[in-house]
Amino acid sequence: MRAEDAFPARGIARRPLPRRSLRLWSVRHARALAAVYRGFERVLRGAHPLFARIGYARLERPVARVELAVKSALFDCRMCGQCVLSATGLSCPMNCPKGLRNGPCGGVRDNGHCEVHPDMPCVWVQAYAGAERMGAVARMGEARAPIDHRRAGLSSWLQAARGDVAS
Amino acid sequence: MLHPDDIGPVPWAPLKPLPGHVSRGRLERVLRRGEFAVTAEINPPDSADPDEIEHRIKPFEGWVDAINATDGSGAHCHMSSIAVSALLIRMGYSPVTQISCRDHNRIAIQGNVLGAAALGVANILCLTGDGVQAGDHPEAKPVFDLDSISLLQTIRTMRDEGKFLSGRRITGPPQVFVGAAENPFAPPHDFRPIRLAKKIAAGAQFIQTQYCYDVPMMARFMARVRDLGLHERCFILAGCGPLASAKAAKWIRANVPGVHIPDGVIARLEGAKNQRAEGKRICVEIIQQLREMPGIAGVHLMAYKQEESIAEIVHESGVLRGRTPWRRDLVAHMQAVETQGAA
Repeated sequence: MRAEDAFPARGIARRPLPRRSLRLWSVRHARALAAVYRGFERVLRGAHPLFARIGYARLERPVARVELAVKSALFDCRMCGQCVLSATGLSCPMNCPKGLRNGPCGGVRDNGHCEVHPDMPCVWVQAYAGAERMGAVARMGEARAPIDHRRAGLSSWLQAARGDVAS
Repeated sequence: MLHPDDIGPVPWAPLKPLPGHVSRGRLERVLRRGEFAVTAEINPPDSADPDEIEHRIKPFEGWVDAINATDGSGAHCHMSSIAVSALLIRMGYSPVTQISCRDHNRIAIQGNVLGAAALGVANILCLTGDGVQAGDHPEAKPVFDLDSISLLQTIRTMRDEGKFLSGRRITGPPQVFVGAAENPFAPPHDFRPIRLAKKIAAGAQFIQTQYCYDVPMMARFMARVRDLGLHERCFILAGCGPLASAKAAKWIRANVPGVHIPDGVIARLEGAKNQRAEGKRICVEIIQQLREMPGIAGVHLMAYKQEESIAEIVHESGVLRGRTPWRRDLVAHMQAVETQGAA
């Protein structure tokens, strides 16, 4: 039997275990991907006047759909709407079955795997490895506020374009 | 003898407030006085009968400073931690009420914190909680609306700012000593001290760790903790417990997430004639080593199904150095208490 996860993905069919996803590759290449994202973020910021003219409300659905496609492929993104990937070594914390956003629980196995899904590497062990590659371990020490469930499904890219600080 | 600050007019009432203390419970006083504290854990009964609680704690009465009431540990259903705590308080004991994020959202948890404090709870331990798959209801919905760190922040905000997470005002804030758990023995090892720092920054005033069977690993963790100065910002109680046999140890290692038991411990159990006695001896030795480790403020005993051995372990380890934690016969008014309790 498969245990229920705390933060189910929106609009994505659940992957059967064992997960052969790209997300472990993404963490291994966290440094390069983070550099790519920094460039992309600059483009998003630059597009703000254009986005504002079109209207953010009108853009929300199509952009969220593209973001979901890209980020679910690369990171198994759950579209929590308050992306913290850059502070978690590009390992999405919403893949933690407990949805933990502040670091690993005490149940991580000796082999670095998850307490709930023994065949899945702990997303926070991955996060620490990714953060080390990115040189962003300090960001792992920041405390995150509890998730705002109203924002689930919203585009984090548009928030970045608007200059909203992603938590 | 018992310190005069630790006795109130009646055992179940909050103690006289002391400057520099956030709570009116005994555990905070013992720790702030610099005494080596001993806490123990009981698993709440699968029963609505309050006598079962008294039955479980009686064997170690007078040997521990506080008793943890677990909150659905191992994701199994038991009597609620707040109800167990209230029953312990009624008897005069000082409970550490565990609150896990698995079963309640932020609305329920904040309500429970107020309710627990109103019932006299002075110590709360903030936990993320075991996943539902570990328990007897794997089909249940895991809530995890908060995590241990946001739970710590929430309770600190309620206590110090007198506000709910929403910002709404609390007229009578909960006066609670707030703690958290840490597992120095689980990966990512380098991150564990950082995570401890995060918990302290979020409001943790005491820490109870996972079972320690690997003293060198604990020593490495504590060295890092001292480098960061964390032991001066919170009281660290190391988790300990007797292993019943080599077979039990192997089972725990394979099936209980987060418990790290080195091969050497298992080999020592296997080589012993009386494995149960050896398990107890190992526990006593570990406690004695932890007693000498700089930065360790106490021990937290978890003797699952061996509650009767807690008193012997504390006695044999000698960690109390002659100190007597509170027990019912140390209160002059006990006769009156019993009469009132029965009424």
